Amino acid sequence: MKNRRSFIKALTLSASIAAIGSVSTFAQAADTIKVGILHSLSGTMAISETALKNTALMTIEEINANGGVMGKMLEPVVVDPASDWPLFAEKARQLISQDKVSVVFGCWTSVSRKSVLPVFKELNSLLFYPVQYEGEELEKNVFYTGAAPNQQAIPAVEYLMSKDGGEAKRFVLLGTDYVYPRTTNKILRAFLHSKGVADADIMEEYTPFGHSDYQTIIAKIKKFAAEGKKTAVVSTINGDSNVPFYKELGNAGLKATDVPVVAFSVGEEELRGVDAKPLAGHLAAWNYFMSVKNPTNAAFIKKYQTWAKANGVPNADTVVTNDPMEATYVGIHMWKQAVEQAGTTDVDKVIAAMGGQTFKAPSGFTLTMDKTNHHLHKPVLIGEVRPDGQFSTVWKTKEPIRAQPWSPYIEGNESKQGM
Amino acid sequence: MMRTLITFVLALFALLAHAAPSDEVFAKLAEDDSDSRIEAITALAADGSEESLKLLDALANDALAITAEGQLVILGDTEARDAKTGALLDRYPEYADAIYLNNRVRGALQGAMAASRVKSPDRAVRLAAANQLREDANEAMLPMLESALDTEQDKAVRAALILATAKINIAADDSGRRRKAAENLGESADASVKFMLGDLLKQNEDGSFAEPDEAVRAAAKASIEQIDRRLAMADVANTIFSGISLGSILMLAALGLAITYGVMGVINMAHGELLMVGAYATFVVQSLFRSYLPEYADLYVLAAVPAAFFIAAIVGMIMERTVIRWLYGRTLETLLATWGLSLILIQGARVIFGPQNQEVANPSWMSGGVEVFANVVLPWNRIVIIAFAGFVLLLVWLMMQKTRLGMFVRAVTQNRAMAGCVGVPTARIDTLAFGIGAGIAGLGGCALSQVANVGPAMGQGYIVDSFMVVVLGGVGQLAGAVTAAMGLGLMTKFLEGWSGAVVAKILVLVFIIVFIQKRPQGLFAVKGRFVED
Repeated sequence: MKNRRSFIKALTLSASIAAIGSVSTFAQAADTIKVGILHSLSGTMAISETALKNTALMTIEEINANGGVMGKMLEPVVVDPASDWPLFAEKARQLISQDKVSVVFGCWTSVSRKSVLPVFKELNSLLFYPVQYEGEELEKNVFYTGAAPNQQAIPAVEYLMSKDGGEAKRFVLLGTDYVYPRTTNKILRAFLHSKGVADADIMEEYTPFGHSDYQTIIAKIKKFAAEGKKTAVVSTINGDSNVPFYKELGNAGLKATDVPVVAFSVGEEELRGVDAKPLAGHLAAWNYFMSVKNPTNAAFIKKYQTWAKANGVPNADTVVTNDPMEATYVGIHMWKQAVEQAGTTDVDKVIAAMGGQTFKAPSGFTLTMDKTNHHLHKPVLIGEVRPDGQFSTVWKTKEPIRAQPWSPYIEGNESKQGM
Repeated sequence: MMRTLITFVLALFALLAHAAPSDEVFAKLAEDDSDSRIEAITALAADGSEESLKLLDALANDALAITAEGQLVILGDTEARDAKTGALLDRYPEYADAIYLNNRVRGALQGAMAASRVKSPDRAVRLAAANQLREDANEAMLPMLESALDTEQDKAVRAALILATAKINIAADDSGRRRKAAENLGESADASVKFMLGDLLKQNEDGSFAEPDEAVRAAAKASIEQIDRRLAMADVANTIFSGISLGSILMLAALGLAITYGVMGVINMAHGELLMVGAYATFVVQSLFRSYLPEYADLYVLAAVPAAFFIAAIVGMIMERTVIRWLYGRTLETLLATWGLSLILIQGARVIFGPQNQEVANPSWMSGGVEVFANVVLPWNRIVIIAFAGFVLLLVWLMMQKTRLGMFVRAVTQNRAMAGCVGVPTARIDTLAFGIGAGIAGLGGCALSQVANVGPAMGQGYIVDSFMVVVLGGVGQLAGAVTAAMGLGLMTKFLEGWSGAVVAKILVLVFIIVFIQKRPQGLFAVKGRFVED
């Protein structure tokens, strides 16, 4: 055991030395503020998280070019937790204790976030989490810049039930087998009950991580949909399983006009690996699409494309922006504003200053950090996939919506609604 | 919704006998609102004139656009036409926003187009329209359907139209009509029809049936039984096909391993990465075709097959020459060394191609599927892969049985020392055999790129499955690998239908563990180098 500990220590030490070596291209000004970036750059989640690391670095460069924070330059410290959940906790500890970073931007999967929570609580540091998630959590040391279920899942299902969404009466809840899809589907099932959908009209299916053979599932969906009422699929499939799922869907001839599929984890980045033509018309629910037209977004996209080209990102000419990238960008800027308002990077003072911060986001809305619940007020957008892998917005909220981290559809949350 | 729409269509039929699209229609199309667009589409389908159908076609292909000045244009590849007049524009509009249809509008468009095409002179168009109407038939269409039936000669189109009319007539007032409809619906293979007929057999609260006429009820009962039989058949056929499809993929993944592990006794943990090399080779060939031979882009797969084979074979031979040959007979060290190789290959792919998955598109002739009979759609890409697996199997068999190289490989497998004594260059044979095994893995990767993800870690998912096939099949025997792959594929698919994907995987593993307890040598055993003692 002791050997293993020291082995891991040695490993993390050497990795951190490598990491520090790679980012010390920055002029080591005597007075910098260190910022941690905790995203998997290898392993299964690299597909999604690499773009978030790039966005964070780009945003930090942008802030430095405009004079930094309180006149000090930001110095990013990048580590690679390699899609290994326990390693996330190790790396977080190293960032906070050894590198003395003032704040950490990172994590994608809920399981990695759960793994680092105790570290942030124990060392009283600050984490900004940029991805939509299942809720049921509220930590003093975390700010959630992604969507809670009521800012993504519930509006999407309401849209499917509406006239334009096809007035669906039966639902297939399909997901990858881990905490986020299971919790989300629990909330959705309770929500559907409240709308009068019976259990006989809900089918719930899970596949393992990395599942790639969706023939049986598609056959089941076809059968379920043939039993009379209009059917829709709600997909919480995560990561690269989405590609074979959509390929099979297209080839089996299940069109969006017959059985629409709405997805919560499929964005522009995921569709880069798919031929999107057969998927036209299927849906996704997010708080931002790259296709949103406004000056802030145009500037954001241009900034990222320029940054990608300048920094030799692979396939730099086809880079896209997506929702978690926007959430990363907004999070870093809000933290900067809070630090300048507090006049210090002291964690407790920054947390106090975060409530009520506003920022003009690329989604075209001015987003507000809630005064009490550490979540952003976000607009909800529903888009249909276009043949080129982008989304056309078919529905959106008029105003940003306040997050409900404790879903009212889960029993036992009644007392927490005031948070 | 469809019902009101079609009523509207027919009302308009009466009113607008073949008027060209009015300005009002264009105004409604330009509005950003589903309801007004559906109205416009309905009006266009109703007048049925040449120009209107052209407009609908343009809408369906996302070619109808609005310019910055608010002018409606139809965009071609190189030229643009004014939608109202059909006149060619003198320049291609710089900014034209295609009118995007959401699902609801697209559904309305399909129904409307089907109604206007059911009398088209082209049989294929009529058949597609009739099939669409089979889904969307409603009362308002009855006169149109019956007039189409009077003139229709083609059997398949007639069958679809009869079903469409029967669906409507099942609610007719005349019991004779209802009975005829109930009988006709027995020809359907659609589960929704079964539920429709089932409603006739339901009893009201006072004990009377929903359908008063005894004869209609009997006909409905008979039809339900017919449909049930057909659905059950389709179910079994689907499961068998997906089982064979999965089996063929497992076989492609495991054949190369059957040679390297079965014949040479090397536990190659980097086998999955050889699949990955083959898949990336396919991706590179596709990119080359897209840049240099765009007109032949659909044929890239044919060029990718040899490329995947040779590139993976070369990588395999380099692996064998540099690492594996020094470790023959030392299983544990080989295992660790090849695992290291697999990490190197994964990271190499990440460095060269980036961590993101790459898009490998199905060529158009491999997209979509073929409906063998109702409810059984076989996707082309899977059909092609099954055929390809058979072809690869034949090649391997010919090579092992009919060539000098194959004979040498078998000789070295059975008795290395003796083979060396009679002049077989054993070290070179090892390298070649490993190269062939790796090349076949590359072919497997080429096939996988058509159904699964192409990413740096794609091989990781197949290594365990490949070893399962080889262990179950028994080492050193192609027949074992084939039987085991097909058996595991079918078993997985039947279990998945019954218990879901996660449980199916567990059950398959349990089965293999139990099976290996009973028959440690696998299905087929052959005397090889590592069973000599």
